[in-house]
Amino acid sequence: MTATLPNARTTSAPTGPLPPRRSGRVTTVFVILAIVIAVLTVYAAGRGQLSVPANEVWGSIMHRLGFDVGTMPTHPQGDNTLWKVRFPRIAMALLVGAALAAAGALMQGIFGNPLAEPSVVGVSTGAAFAAAVVIVFQIQFAGSWTVALFAFAGGLITTLAVYFLSRSDGRTEVVTLVLTGIAVNAVCSAGLAMMIFLGDTAAREQIIFWQLGSLNGTRWQSVGIVAPLVVVGLVGAMLMARKLDVLALGDRAARHVGVDVERLRLAAIVLVALLTAAAVSFAGIIAFVGLVVPHLIRMIVGPGHRVLVPASALAGALLLLGADLIARTAVEYADLPIGMLTSLVGGPFFFWLLRRTRKTAGGWA
Amino acid sequence: MTTPSPSNQRTLTLTNVSASLGGRLILDDVSLQVSPGELVALVGPNGAGKTTLLSVMAGDITPSHGTAVLDGVELHRWRAAELARHRAVLPQEQRLAFGFSVVDVVRMGRSPWARRPEEDLDDIIVADSMQQTDVDGLATRSFPTLSGGEKARASFARVLAQQTSLVLLDEPTAALDIRHSEQVLSQARRLAAHGHAVVAVLHDLTVAAAHADRICVLADGKLRADGTPAEVLTPELVAEVYGHPVDVISHHGRLIVLPHIVPIDAPTNQEAPCAPAL
Repeated sequence: MTATLPNARTTSAPTGPLPPRRSGRVTTVFVILAIVIAVLTVYAAGRGQLSVPANEVWGSIMHRLGFDVGTMPTHPQGDNTLWKVRFPRIAMALLVGAALAAAGALMQGIFGNPLAEPSVVGVSTGAAFAAAVVIVFQIQFAGSWTVALFAFAGGLITTLAVYFLSRSDGRTEVVTLVLTGIAVNAVCSAGLAMMIFLGDTAAREQIIFWQLGSLNGTRWQSVGIVAPLVVVGLVGAMLMARKLDVLALGDRAARHVGVDVERLRLAAIVLVALLTAAAVSFAGIIAFVGLVVPHLIRMIVGPGHRVLVPASALAGALLLLGADLIARTAVEYADLPIGMLTSLVGGPFFFWLLRRTRKTAGGWA
Repeated sequence: MTTPSPSNQRTLTLTNVSASLGGRLILDDVSLQVSPGELVALVGPNGAGKTTLLSVMAGDITPSHGTAVLDGVELHRWRAAELARHRAVLPQEQRLAFGFSVVDVVRMGRSPWARRPEEDLDDIIVADSMQQTDVDGLATRSFPTLSGGEKARASFARVLAQQTSLVLLDEPTAALDIRHSEQVLSQARRLAAHGHAVVAVLHDLTVAAAHADRICVLADGKLRADGTPAEVLTPELVAEVYGHPVDVISHHGRLIVLPHIVPIDAPTNQEAPCAPAL
């Protein structure tokens, strides 16, 4: 089958050792991210209108895990607040952040473009439109879950529509995909505008606030729904990481080294839609996490997706945990829209990254 | 997986291949065979269809007429991963979306062998491929920051690392200086000597004559000539195909194709070189 392999001949001169595949830096990044997330979780859980000291939060967690160590919260409502209000919200922030950042890393991988974001294939707009329909027409067949359910379906359907509309001859050109995304996004935006026009004042307000994004009022049930979706998405993303690396060579060269580019891209887009729609359905639209986080992580650990995807997920979780902490504690008795916060910080930060990268690497690092 | 191709079987056989792009006929009834152990040069003027022919050989383009068969199986019936263990392609342009290091790029050539016994050889093969193409010193450099020639050599290392019986090179020497160009073509010849089938699109006929076992001349999508350099590179044929007169000189047994120099018209005082605006 194969001809003799001249490369594998044993007489070849001894070659220097190859650089290691995984640097110590990567391990350090993972360890630091994990520690910071753990510490911030304990800290964030204690902050709020009812303040619980960190050692009491720790004690409460330990007691729930069945260890009789540490002090329980002294405030009569302390333990209740932690487990009914704070922890579900923190868990949701971690999940949503991980999902959005991992989706961004996937998206940038399949487009071979560090500027790609899940919103280009219409996930967010589709979800927002579907959510608005529910709000305006007061559809309630699934009770209070209806908005989330529709948002999820809307995001998924829009993404798949963009993908299949941009296919021709069994192939999808990246530019066609992006431009189709713009077209479909425009139609969804028009639909959203129509819903805002049709709705009464209360509905309008609800639509606007849904679009601003918030984790306010998260319950364990919604965490239970989002978690499996995010886990499936993350595992799928990890499984395709090696092939995503090869995609950096371009579609044709990737095919030449054995990647079925069309199948990989379809699978990746489904995962992106799944992750983003899962995040958006309960949290509303939270921008810039999917764009900035993978970009930043790529600068630290390099572009290999086997490291980039999980590291981005962790960093995204951390970012959203921090952002949500600020959203609910910055102003007393007010819950700021978290999407506004991430955009406010993410925009200028991204611009700074852009300038810096252009200077050092003559393009994208 | 059944493995076709007893050793006497032709590796790659194109039979009456025609291909169109955007409604224009690019390849017209081309029949061609490439056997293990030979280096075949594809030459021809710009737009003759060389790259398209290479794409058909790579399985990127399915012929509109005729068949392209590798190891007894039509190219479009191969699964992508399986095909990648049998043929490698060096593209004309080397692009990379992200800042992977050179060694990572060369490792990408090993991806068709992932989760197979051959995977154990990855490190040896990658190191060896990089040494042969003189890029071992660039291992940790970021690929997008390399010069054109360094990129071409790193990509060639990736193709070597893929270890396929059929190797397709699209203008492998375009960006290279004399030393590296000779190095790459010597590697290509060594591959052929070890029983690989190698096809290279080349522009320089003298270079093609020096390294290739066979030269295939394409013109207007048709195969005009197919034979040893001495058979193919006659002043008449080259002049006709390229539309430019040449001399073919034998220098110590090597053929050198020397284009005639077009005389420059002596400047006349009749008219300004540009027509005045009306």
